[in-house]
Formats: sequence, C-alpha cells, structure tokens
Amino acid sequence: MTAPLLRVRDLSVTFPARRGRPPVKAVDRVSFDILPGRTVGLVGESGSGKTTTGRAILQLQAITGGSVSLLGKDLTKMSSSDVRAMRRHMQFVLQNPYSSLHPRMKVADILAEPLKVHRSVPAERIPERVAELMTLVNMDPASVRRYPHEFSGGQRQRIVIARALAVNPDFVVCDEPVSALDVRTQSQIVDLLHDLQDKLKLSYLFIAHDLAIVRAVAHQVAVMYGGRIVEFGDADDVYENPSHPYTRNLLEAVPIPDPARQRAKLAASVVDPQFRGRDGETGPCVFGHDHADGTSEWHEVGPGHAVSCRFWPPGVTP
Amino acid sequence: MSEPAPRPRHRGQVMVAVGVAMLATLILIMILGPSIAPYSPSATSPNSLDGPTAAHWLGTDSIGRDLLSRLIVGGRGTLTITFVAVALALTAGLILGLTSGYIGGKVDLIIMRLLDVVFAFPVFLLAIAVVAALGPTVKNLILTIAIVYTPAMARVVRAPVLSIKRWDHVEAARSVGVGEFAIALRHVLPMAISPILVQTSLILANTIFTVTALSFLGLGPPPPDPNWGSMLAEARQFMELAPLTVIGPAVAIVFASLTFIVLANGLREMLDVGSR
Amino acid sequence: MLEVRDLTATFNREGTPSQVVNRIAFDIAPGEAVGFVGESGSGKSVTARAVMRLAPEGSSIAWGGRILFKGQDLLALDERQMRDVRGRRIAMVFQDPMASLNPVMTVGQQIDDMLMRHMGLSQGAARKRTIELLAQVGIRDPEIRADDYPHQFSGGMRQRVLIAIAVSCQPDLLIADEPTTALDVTVQAQILRLLMRLRKEIGMALMLITHDFGVIAGMVERVYVMHRGDIVESGQVDALFADPKHDYTKALLAAVPRIETARRSA
Repeated sequence: MTAPLLRVRDLSVTFPARRGRPPVKAVDRVSFDILPGRTVGLVGESGSGKTTTGRAILQLQAITGGSVSLLGKDLTKMSSSDVRAMRRHMQFVLQNPYSSLHPRMKVADILAEPLKVHRSVPAERIPERVAELMTLVNMDPASVRRYPHEFSGGQRQRIVIARALAVNPDFVVCDEPVSALDVRTQSQIVDLLHDLQDKLKLSYLFIAHDLAIVRAVAHQVAVMYGGRIVEFGDADDVYENPSHPYTRNLLEAVPIPDPARQRAKLAASVVDPQFRGRDGETGPCVFGHDHADGTSEWHEVGPGHAVSCRFWPPGVTP
Repeated sequence: MSEPAPRPRHRGQVMVAVGVAMLATLILIMILGPSIAPYSPSATSPNSLDGPTAAHWLGTDSIGRDLLSRLIVGGRGTLTITFVAVALALTAGLILGLTSGYIGGKVDLIIMRLLDVVFAFPVFLLAIAVVAALGPTVKNLILTIAIVYTPAMARVVRAPVLSIKRWDHVEAARSVGVGEFAIALRHVLPMAISPILVQTSLILANTIFTVTALSFLGLGPPPPDPNWGSMLAEARQFMELAPLTVIGPAVAIVFASLTFIVLANGLREMLDVGSR
Repeated sequence: MLEVRDLTATFNREGTPSQVVNRIAFDIAPGEAVGFVGESGSGKSVTARAVMRLAPEGSSIAWGGRILFKGQDLLALDERQMRDVRGRRIAMVFQDPMASLNPVMTVGQQIDDMLMRHMGLSQGAARKRTIELLAQVGIRDPEIRADDYPHQFSGGMRQRVLIAIAVSCQPDLLIADEPTTALDVTVQAQILRLLMRLRKEIGMALMLITHDFGVIAGMVERVYVMHRGDIVESGQVDALFADPKHDYTKALLAAVPRIETARRSA
C-alpha cells in the first residue's frame, strides 16, 4: 500500500454571515486521499463547494477546520512562509486562461517567476529551463518573448500549465482547466495533462462540472453536493454503478452526443428530486444505521466505493 | 470569447499628443529658465509699466523689470514646487493606498480613517493653516501641498487595487509561491497604472492653482524670486495701467493647468479608464 | 418559412471591415427544429442575430443577402416594421438571462408589457395570461412569483422567465442562442425538456445555436455545422452524427468527450 501524496481530513470552510444571511458552510467535513501519480476528479454543480475545496487544499482560502497533509506534512499547521516553500510541491491551474496570466508580463517572465521564487535553477540556467518548459507543453520556445494576448485560449492554457510545472511539483490542482475552451482544444489539453502525468508522475485534483471530461481523466471520482462529498470511488464504479441518488441524477442529466439516445433521454418524464440533509435528524439513516453514536456517515457499496447517507430524497432507498 | 467592442481611442491619442507637446514646452522653460530669459528677472530698467517694446516683448512691471524674463523664471519656481509636491504626494499615496487596498481589513480601515481626517479639511484652508504656522518657505509650501494631496492620491491608488487583488492572475502568482510584497508590486500595481496616471494629471492641474493661489496670498516662496502667484499679486494694483502684467501670469497659469487637464482627459480616453 | 440566401455579416472594427459570415444559405420549415453547431468564432451566434437583425453589443455590423421570412425579406424592412417581427413572430432566448431581463421591473410586468404591446391585451387580460405562461414554463406559485424581480430568481428560473417572455406571443420561430450554456447540467436537462414541450404545444419552429453536440443531438431534426463563417456541412441529425462527411465535422465529433469512455490507461 503506497502512502497517499495528499491526505485531506474533515476539511471545512465556513463563510461568515453577511448582511443578515446566515454563515455558509461552503465545504463541510470533506475527506479524501490522492495517491502518487493518480488523478482524483471532483465533480459537482455550481455552489457545491468544489472550487473552494481546491483553494482550501492549496491554502489560498482560510479554513475553519480539518487538515491537509502533503507529502506527510500538515499544511494547516505551518507558518505562511513554510507554506510558501511547500508551494514548490503543489501548483494550481485555473479555469480561465484569459485572466490567469499577467497581461503585461512576457511569457518568458511568467515562466521564470516561479523559478526565481523557489531558486530552483541558477539564474543563468533560467532561459534554458523556460525553453524546456515550452517544449514540454508542445509550444515553440521561440515565442517566449511574446505577451499572453498574442496567444489563443488553448495556447494560453498550455502556458498556465507550463508555469505550474516550472518547479517540478508533485501535485497540481486543476480547477475547470478546459471549460473555457472549444471542444477540440479541450481534448488536446486533456491529452497534454495525460502525457505530463505519465512523464512526470504527477498527481492531479481535477475539478470540473463536465462529467464526461472528468471520466476521461480521473482514476477516482468524488461527487460533491452542498459542501459535502456524497459519493467516492473508482471512476468506472461511480460512472457505471452510481449509488447515491444525487450522482444518478447528475449522470442522468448529461446530454449524450447520440441523437436516438438523447431524444429518448429527453422524452423520459423526470421528477426532480429534492436532496435534503440529515444533520440533526435522529433515527436510522437510509442504510439503517443510527449515527447518533458518532459513526461515519459513509457506507461502502463496493471495494473503495462508498456513499454518504446524507442528502437522500424521501422515499429513496439504496 | 468575445472581442472588446471597438472604441474611438483616436481622439484620446490626439489629446495626449497635444498635452505632451504642451508639457514639453513647460518642462523646457523650467529647465532652461534663466538661460533663455532675455534679462535677469531682478534687473530693473528706468521704464516701468511699459507696454510691449522691441526691448521688452511683454513690457515691464512696476519697478521696470522685464515681464517675459520674470514669467519664464517665475514659471520655473511655480512648476518646480508643483512637480516636487505632487511627486511626494504620489509616493505617499502609492505606499498608503497600496498598503491599505492590498492588505484590506483593519489596516485599510485605520489608514483610510486617518486620511479622511486630512481629507475632511478644505484643501485650501488646510494649506493656509500649515504654511501660516510653519512659515512661508519653499520647503514648507512643498510639504504642505504634498500632505494636502496625499489622501486623494491614496484613494486613487486604493480603489483599483481593491478589485485587482481579486483577479485570477494574482491568485495564480500566489499559488506559485510569489511573496505578498512582490505580488502587490509586480502583479497588482502595474494594472492600476492607468487610473493613477489620469488622476495624477488632474491633481497636477489643481496643484498649479493651489501653488499660485498660496503665493498670491503671500504664503509662497519669499521675494525676490519671482513666481506666477506673487507676480499676479504685485501687478493687481496696476491692472488698469499695464494689463499685460496681470494677463501674462494669468495666461501662464491657465496654460499650465490646461496642459494637465488635456493630458488627463486624453489619457482617460486612450487608456479606456473607467470602462473596466 | 425561413429562407436565407447569400447571408453575409461584416463587422466594422476601427475602420477595418471583417466578414464573419460568408454567403451562407439555410432554410427552416414551419415547426421544424434546426440546430447550428460550431466552435467560438464560427459565426453561429452572428447568424442567429442576423435573423433578428440584432448587432452584437457595442459593435456595428453590415448584413448582406436575403433573409426571407414567409416570403418577406427581413433585411429590406425598416426598423419599425422589424420591431413588429421581433418578439411577435420571431423571438429569441440568450445565454445570459440576467442580461436580457430588466432588473428594475418585476418579471410579471415584463411579460405583461410584451402581451400588451404585441397582442393588444388589456392590463387585466395580460396579467392573467402572464400567470398562465409562468405556470407553463414550470414556475411554481406563478401568482406570487410574477411580482418578484429577476435577481430573486435562480439562473435556471430566470431562463424559464426568459422563455416565457419569448413564447408569450406564440412566435412562429424561436431562436435559442446557447440557452443552457450558463446553467448546471441538471438545470440544463430541465430547460431542454421545457423547450421540447413548448415547441410541441405552440407548434413553433426552433433555431438552436450551441457548441454542445450532446445538446443538439436530442433537440433538432436537422443540423448545420459552421466553421469560420461558412456552413461546412448540413444534414439530418441522425445521419450527420452517424456518418459525418466533412473533415471538420469528423474532427469535432471525435473530440467530444463521452461519458461512457473511461480514462485511457497509462
């Protein structure tokens, strides 16, 4: 059994009350592991807390509880300068390649910045490393004297990825890395992420709302709803045998590029279920357990495949 | 991604070109000053309150000094005070505004409340009070004007910083491990330059007026060094006899402040400030 | 019903014209659902707006060719005549419902307005119809929600309101430009079902613009594939998906991620 590269335990983020609104539990006791060289896909709809989870793991968002350990070190107990040093191991690819690059910095400077910050290569070797990074993401090293706006969206996302890889990280959080791109560019970027994982043994947390894209990249999948993970398991198990009603609802809604099947899908009459919490409720859960004794809400449905007993619509049973 | 809509930036570019030409004239006069003035600004001649002659293109003042020479050398005094004072206010405003806007929270609250105290006074009253208390020297005048305009500068810097610090590329820099100080300076501040340029230009226009007005009231640099404000004050009593002695400095003051207003409006259109 | 011939659209950007739609031709029969699919910059949105003669925000655009709607050339109408067509006979739903709704009017007022202006209904009759329409697009408690402002609705509910406005005058053609792109996938499914149902109930034709092959697959009978201002392929939806002829269509379809396709093994 390999030790996990990343270990997230009971991670919680609560946004304080504002203008008479109650505090929002954006992330609520989220736990999972990522093994070296593996990809965990985090899927959910807007407001599910998936982006906040990614930012909280990277310590870009103040947390209210839980822990995040990378390479065995608990990031949540570190000083901010120690966290900064740890950023060499964890990197971030943001959704929008149009806004995540400094518009007035040349590509060469954008790629050199992390190298300088972490002093990972001697100053005289920086241009060489920058060219190497451009080649790594299949871009022309000669174009580093240009500004971001001179590139297409897909090329910019390659530059964002190159920046993330500059310091040889072990772990990259990709937050909707392809959702701003056209479909052909999407598949190119997905292929690139694949190749880089094989080559550099990277681990990814791949956050996306597009379930088809996640299927293409993830070894394991976590489905988020209302700030919580409701289902976790190997990608094949979750997609082929979705066991939480929310996961089923989500997968059912994905349009399929097959006219006959998609027509049949739309023709089926569907009642939109109401997913409700279980916090504070007493008595047995849908699996017949009473969690008043503090036992886990997680119920195994297969090897490494588990669902939460929270958010089950009334009348639905496993 | 949709392309930004086309905008008439051409007019802005023309205005900036005009503004820069006017500014170059002013700066040239400032630098060359005494060497291009036909006479010494304090040299008197027997012909006082003369109209324009071949010897004195703009005529002479009440004690027979050459008006053109006094305008040129006086401009040097007025403009130097203006530029140095605004440069100081800009520096202080950059430090305070960037700190306040970038750190936010309590730091922001404290800095902005302190600046509000200064800002609450009418600029002119405050300036009179400070200069009157410290004495009318060039150094005091500069310091006073710098203090008076610091809050406005700080606000101009703070406002864009508040939104830019939430932009994606800032988070991207942080995630790479760039320190907060470097983020503020390299990733936030450069994006705020356009509105800061525009406002600095407008504040320069205002400062010209403040400097000349204080000098007019006798709170400027002491005689005999000429400056546009004190020239106006001296000439006021002979306005009917020699209108050029008033018109000269008045036109110079208007020209200087117009320079910065043209520049500010041109920059605003050219850099598209306010549409973001 | 709609016959478009030699349609061109030319942007004028700072003095340099650039043609974004190149002499395209297409038809839509009464009651037919037709899809336009393509990547960003393919000209599909501009084509949709051409039928409404709407220039994209903040730009000037010149149209060319003919857009025959029931034999009448829309490009030859004056602005006043065009206003009668817009909303009344051809209606449009956009990607961003918040931008298309007036934030300071209740949604009820906005639908009432349409009905009074185009259908000549009285205030009372209009409100009665508004409530029916809100119910028809699946808004619960329509009597109460009619008095709410757009910001009090979720994204999906706003899109329902926009659809209610669009179908209020029983148009012959509904143009939907990426109507579900900004929505969550479960909400998207609801809106797609709603559009299908309304199309049958009203008997209107649908012109659906999208980048999503999954969305287009179940919604339309025929598809036009656009690329850089040209229609590169068109055909019956089943045939086009099963056997694309043009290389560009093939490349697009091959790139579409499929939920059944597992991660390629390392």
